[in-house]
Amino acid sequence: MGQRGPASIVGRGNADGGRLFREWFDRLNQAAEAGKPSAYVFVMGSLAELLGAFDFPIVFPEINSLQTAVRRVAHEYLTEAEDYGYSPDICGYVKADVAVQLRGGQHPMGRIPKPGIAVYTNACNTYIKWAEIWERMYHVPTFTIDVPGSRAAGLKPGRGDRDFENDRRYVAAQLEELIPVCERVSGVRFDIDRLREHMAYANAMSAAWREVLALNRSRPSVFSALSDGTIYLGVSNGFRGTAAGAAYFQDLVQEMQYKADHGIGTLTDEKYRLLFVGVPCYPIFRRFGELFTEWGGTFVGSTYLWFASGGSHLGFQYDLGRPLESLAEGLLINVREAMDAMFFQTQALAGMIDDFAADGVVFHPIKSCRTVSTGLADNRRALMAARDVATLFIESDLMDRRVVSEAQLKNRVDAFFEGLASRKQQAVLGSRFSVLGDSPAPTQNRQPTTDNR
Amino acid sequence: MTSPELFPAWRDRPLDDVLYQCRELLEDTSFPTVQRWRDGGGKVVGHFQVYFPEEIAHAAGTLPFKVRGAPVEATRADSHFGSYLCSILKTSLELALSGRVELDLFVTHPICDAARNLAGVWGRNVTYPCQILYLPQNPNSAHAAEYLRGEYDRLRRTIEPIAGRAVTDDALRYSLDVYNENRALLRELYAIRRDVPWLVAADEAYVLAAIGGLIRREEHNGLLRYVLPLLRERRVKRQDRIRVVFEGGFCEQPPLDLIRAIGRSCYVVDDDLWIGLRWLLEDVAVDGDPLRALAAAYIERSSYSPVQHDLRKPKEAMLLRRIRDSGAQAAIITAAKMCEPGLEEQVAYTKALERENIPYFVSEFEENMTSFDQLEIQLETFVENLLFD
Repeated sequence: MGQRGPASIVGRGNADGGRLFREWFDRLNQAAEAGKPSAYVFVMGSLAELLGAFDFPIVFPEINSLQTAVRRVAHEYLTEAEDYGYSPDICGYVKADVAVQLRGGQHPMGRIPKPGIAVYTNACNTYIKWAEIWERMYHVPTFTIDVPGSRAAGLKPGRGDRDFENDRRYVAAQLEELIPVCERVSGVRFDIDRLREHMAYANAMSAAWREVLALNRSRPSVFSALSDGTIYLGVSNGFRGTAAGAAYFQDLVQEMQYKADHGIGTLTDEKYRLLFVGVPCYPIFRRFGELFTEWGGTFVGSTYLWFASGGSHLGFQYDLGRPLESLAEGLLINVREAMDAMFFQTQALAGMIDDFAADGVVFHPIKSCRTVSTGLADNRRALMAARDVATLFIESDLMDRRVVSEAQLKNRVDAFFEGLASRKQQAVLGSRFSVLGDSPAPTQNRQPTTDNR
Repeated sequence: MTSPELFPAWRDRPLDDVLYQCRELLEDTSFPTVQRWRDGGGKVVGHFQVYFPEEIAHAAGTLPFKVRGAPVEATRADSHFGSYLCSILKTSLELALSGRVELDLFVTHPICDAARNLAGVWGRNVTYPCQILYLPQNPNSAHAAEYLRGEYDRLRRTIEPIAGRAVTDDALRYSLDVYNENRALLRELYAIRRDVPWLVAADEAYVLAAIGGLIRREEHNGLLRYVLPLLRERRVKRQDRIRVVFEGGFCEQPPLDLIRAIGRSCYVVDDDLWIGLRWLLEDVAVDGDPLRALAAAYIERSSYSPVQHDLRKPKEAMLLRRIRDSGAQAAIITAAKMCEPGLEEQVAYTKALERENIPYFVSEFEENMTSFDQLEIQLETFVENLLFD
């Protein structure tokens, strides 16, 4: 790829991401019209590498649901599912998808094909309950790939350890059992060379994704882990194991490297570098981001980009010489990493504060997702004990605008930034006093910390 | 294998006294049996709902303690969690943070999105080890039992240093024997409820089963061996009540008063309360490799719940079977507030019941709820509609 100027490079990732997304939904629409059986999968452990070898159109119901929220029609879908019988207190993604199915696949981005098969891991228990709904609606094969995660914080055995090997053999056995089911549903014979080809593209994408995330250590940061990051995530999931996906991420590395080299930030005036923990508030997605950018805050990193990319931020490289064994090992390691990013993330967050020179951490648990949200309040306490860092704890939802209060969020975010500003001022004062060989008057040691409860 | 008696209060007492003592113990939020065990120098392995292979902890000479919340205020635990969660998570942590229950190991399971977070949350707040036991979520894989055998072996290796002794195969076989007897006795208790439900009220059967999570199983066996004949000899007149199945108590427990209220208007002839204690449906083989036998029983000869996905056991079909096998006329379909699996399953259950034309009553509960008047009136109306239809 030749050297290109800023006009063609800066912003390319977002533009290409949008284009790829539209093309992907167009293909799903065509598949729906043609009645082609599709594979329903989820972002944590999609197995797109394997399913691509059977020519399945790949449907991510999480992304479909997210799109209804971003397009501000989620409430219509939620109401329809609740009228059908689902509780207001369950995952909004599930309910939006139920409504999509009840509408025969009608969706703001086009028509979603029906499932021919559902393949999902246990990274989120709701995946399993969700698949049971399709099983009942369509009587199609649903296949759980059970991927055991870390048993405790820091307990992460590796290759050769007997507990790791027990998990690896289990995952490998399930993949072997899945292949004939895919053959039967798709009518396509398994071809290990095609799998190898898809895995090679996944390797390229994972390596590039890792690099993109690392490039945000630049000051100013080169992308927003909240807004831009969500576009990248969409491509990393929807185009995993494809030539287009691999090329996109290689281009993205080039763009981010260019921005880093030329000091081009995602904000013109970056004042505060933040980490995001949780899932974005999609019903007011743009406004939610503005609550932070208006103060000069930008998200330099996010656990969302780890777990919602299925752990591919690790950059795990498949051994193409032994594809099936390596696919099992990669799935185990990646999904375990994704789960760790939700359940045992304190140490990783502390590391990210150091690596990315973060000024603050925003915890955003959501009503819809207990997987991500249950431990966040406690994790925040642990992180504050480990690092002297400002934190903000705000709750809303990723789908349901009934539990999103923009005014309340703004109040909390504003208070958080006022505290951050005061903290910076004190740091400056502290360094001046220290030059003079004195210390500043005692002030509140750990601040600001904002809680919306 | 000898151990201190943890719950002697029932010995040689008349039936009503025994039931009273069981109720008192179950509702005692200081968990005196756990304290007595610790006072004797014993170790305690706490395990969160729903199922746990207690035999492994038992064979190590520890007290397996079922962590299932409690009717307490979560004053310390509340700030460790967000807003939209079931109560059992908070009150369970409260037991640990308040010192009501002291453990040597805490084990949770990936039964739901919330519960799988508990190893992380507890681990950050207590000094003893906290882990997840990854029970297989693809029991349909031909490799699941082999995997589970390995996972049980990992658990054995985790418990051994805590217990301070090796868990031998012979010790495991002894424990399997004890638990096989316990399961048989619990089946007998449920058979009485099914066949002659007027002899044992819903809340009475509930406490008799629940005590098993608080004491060593040898003691529970002694209690049940004593009580079951007394129940059969009871002189109670049959009343004109409808027979119902209660579903939705697989994890967070409804208040005892709620179960009592239901029992006032219905005969509860089967339920999923304490299903983890009754998860294995048949005796586990005591010859051969005990961990393999225990793993195979989990996969092949077990009950059902909303938190286990098994293609051979569609939940609504299993519920219909439970209703049919118990001769129930209707179902009470409940879920704990904010319990995602329970709430999701309600939809499948109610649609299946409608298809089969089986009357049902839907409700939600919370372990800490104290007012049941409205629910009781609604339930009575439901029952009257059936009786006078």
